[in-house]
Amino acid sequence: MSTRAIHLAAHFPGVNNTTVWSDPAAGSHIEFSSFVQLARTAERAKFDFFFLAEGLRLREQRGRIHDLDVVGRPDTFTVLAALAAVTERIGLSGTINSTFNEPYEVARQFASLDHLSEGRAAWNVVTSWDAFTGENFRRGGYLARGERYERAREFLEAARELWDSWDEGAVVADVGDGRFLSDAEQGSFVHRGRQFDIEGRFGVPRSPQGHPVIFQAGDSDAGREFAAQSADCIFSRHGTLEAGQQFFQDVKGRLARYGRLPDDLKILPAATFVLGDTKANAAERAAEVRRQQVSGPTAIVFLEHVWNRDLSAYDPDGPLPDVEPDFSGQSIVKGRANVAADPAATAAQWRALAEEKHLSIRELMIEVTARQSFVGTPEQVALAIEEAVDAEAADGFILVPHVTPGGLEEFADTVVPILQERGSFRTEYEGTTLRDHLGLGAPRQAALAGALEAT
Amino acid sequence: MDDPSNLHVAVALDGAGWHPAAWRDGRARPGELFAPRYWADLAAEAERALLDFITFEDSMAIQSEHRGILDDRLDHVRGRLDAVLVAARVAPLTAAIGLVPVATTTHTEPFHLSKAVATLDFVSSGRAGFQARISPTALEARQFGRRGIGGGGAARDEEVGGLFDEAADYVEVTRRLWDSWEDDAEIRDVATGRFLDRDKLHYIDFEGPWFSVKGPSITPRPPQGQPPVAMLAHVPADFHLAARSADVVFITPKSAEDARAIVAEVRTHEVAIGRAGPRLRVYADMVVFVDEDGEAARSRKEALDELDSRPLRSDAHLFAGSVAELADLLEEWGTSGIDGFRLRPGTLPGDLEAISRQLVPVLQQRGRFRDHYEEHTLRGRLGLRRPENRYAHA
Repeated sequence: MSTRAIHLAAHFPGVNNTTVWSDPAAGSHIEFSSFVQLARTAERAKFDFFFLAEGLRLREQRGRIHDLDVVGRPDTFTVLAALAAVTERIGLSGTINSTFNEPYEVARQFASLDHLSEGRAAWNVVTSWDAFTGENFRRGGYLARGERYERAREFLEAARELWDSWDEGAVVADVGDGRFLSDAEQGSFVHRGRQFDIEGRFGVPRSPQGHPVIFQAGDSDAGREFAAQSADCIFSRHGTLEAGQQFFQDVKGRLARYGRLPDDLKILPAATFVLGDTKANAAERAAEVRRQQVSGPTAIVFLEHVWNRDLSAYDPDGPLPDVEPDFSGQSIVKGRANVAADPAATAAQWRALAEEKHLSIRELMIEVTARQSFVGTPEQVALAIEEAVDAEAADGFILVPHVTPGGLEEFADTVVPILQERGSFRTEYEGTTLRDHLGLGAPRQAALAGALEAT
Repeated sequence: MDDPSNLHVAVALDGAGWHPAAWRDGRARPGELFAPRYWADLAAEAERALLDFITFEDSMAIQSEHRGILDDRLDHVRGRLDAVLVAARVAPLTAAIGLVPVATTTHTEPFHLSKAVATLDFVSSGRAGFQARISPTALEARQFGRRGIGGGGAARDEEVGGLFDEAADYVEVTRRLWDSWEDDAEIRDVATGRFLDRDKLHYIDFEGPWFSVKGPSITPRPPQGQPPVAMLAHVPADFHLAARSADVVFITPKSAEDARAIVAEVRTHEVAIGRAGPRLRVYADMVVFVDEDGEAARSRKEALDELDSRPLRSDAHLFAGSVAELADLLEEWGTSGIDGFRLRPGTLPGDLEAISRQLVPVLQQRGRFRDHYEEHTLRGRLGLRRPENRYAHA
């Protein structure tokens, strides 16, 4: 049995080569039935929440829409509201950006989602900022990259003020007295800040959770600080034991400054998995999945992320290009979050690796791209999850299947029961809200959060 | 398609009903107006009645005695849930009724609404639409904080004209984004490793004074191709916009003769702007208090007027009477050239239940209403074919 509570969630993947769409079992990424299936599977496995990211602009490379991975996804808010109708307890978490939106509208959408799901809404705050994405929105690329966290912080602060503008129990609905509302101040707000200058009357009464659960996913120093100050959960990308522990220690160490306890912020890395009858069998399956995820054409696209030039003439089963990367101009990649931070160093590392192991382009890309987080028998995977949580490398994991919507079935059927038998994971939902599942207290009042920021 | 001699009836849902004191009606559920089960029950009742579609009222300002000015009333319903999300919440629980949330075109992003309605269309298997609404008040503008509108409570005339043009542009953007994916863009071609055929995706390249939108959408073409766009129209500027941009228009005649005249006006606007494609579907709004016994319905309305200290006022015709009388009225107005009626129940769920359990059976007995849904998309219900994609090559 684990010594600390384990939290598990399911991420319905959007873009990225995670999804092996060529697998015969791969389903639609737009039909509602796919979302229903994954959400219900996660719910029967008693997962804390179901998670959906957000799309604002289709990715492009070299001026053309990227066509090798799954493309096409629904609107996040709308799908989550619909999923509220076909689930009962599982949390419904979605990414919504703080750049191409305004607090009044986003706050009313989340308050509404929280009402319509009876307290299961969560918001992953992201800070998309670039002009490429901005071409789909009224103000274009108006936000400087360096200001994105400032805007996100103030956006969230304003949203909290809007949610707090209604008291609990303000909807009196006293027919005898003829009083619907407790007082006429309900909803009144004024927010004067650098990013937002707004006032009026918020129109959605206080929702079951008060505030949706707040997620943050940025990995930079500013991102971690933002999470420590304002978030309930971090959707982290450090899934290995060592990297996870480092990240865990760093972020949880920042909480005290804000008057928060370690348990107030849950760290949940994204995780992938491949199961098998034996460890060897699982490893074989995992290798096959990675071969499917990194096809020849995909390998060329990945290489282009670093080389920053047209490499379509190269054979993915052949050696690395003899030409040098092009560091001179703009990135040819648009709309993708994680492009190589230091392309020169990466290119050099890759050349060395390819030479050492005699790797083709495709083999190299398979080698250097992420391995699955958990590979093994159901028992091995269950124990590895327990170990990671006990070792304080994570508070749990957000699992992303490589086949959607059926890719979570095996995990739900074989891994979760082991965790449950060991007393490491819930067999029933105890509470009704997402805050309950995550072991979070009542939300921090906006005023309090703002006061602490003044330090 | 439906028997052409059938009447078409839709319903407009808002809070506890369209009378300000409706929340105090004996059958009201005023403590549940923000609960999902309330909306699920209303949607189920409307679908049981075989109604064409539901509109879900919404605004970017809290309800108020006077538009654009906050008030301090405690005795009226205050607060609403986002209509697109309410529609999405009831979509999986319904099978055939159309779902038409009100959405504001001022201040919001057309890119977001376009994918939201497309997604509503996916989760409802082709039953989505939206009712476009302009926000002309400084109050709403100050809540968004991005632009000034008007010095006092409402926009000045020139500004209002701009808001209509913006709405037309907004609808154009949402429509182009719905077409920005051709139907067969997703190819899952294993041989070439391509999930989609990028030649079947199109930039919409819209440029205008209020926004420029590149596209394509992030969401594939909705099941209906083009979810219907509705608008409520009172004055010429409204009719003009509807003729330019909408599929359905809600009008507020006070009599059959009035309805006839307004329909003529609508057609005049269609000709004036050179509207191509199908004509506007015209639905006449009416607030209804209805009961088996007409006297009971009238007393019920009067009791609410008492509680509110004044008689109900509405932009639409007010009906309070028996089921038989209402059926007669609908049959009479039905010959005025309109395509259907959008009933606004005076109280909810009371008057909606009267519509579903009493009015509809009477209309069915008279052979004037469907006894099952023939079509399962909203476009089909409105007699609109699925349109060609404007970007697809012949």
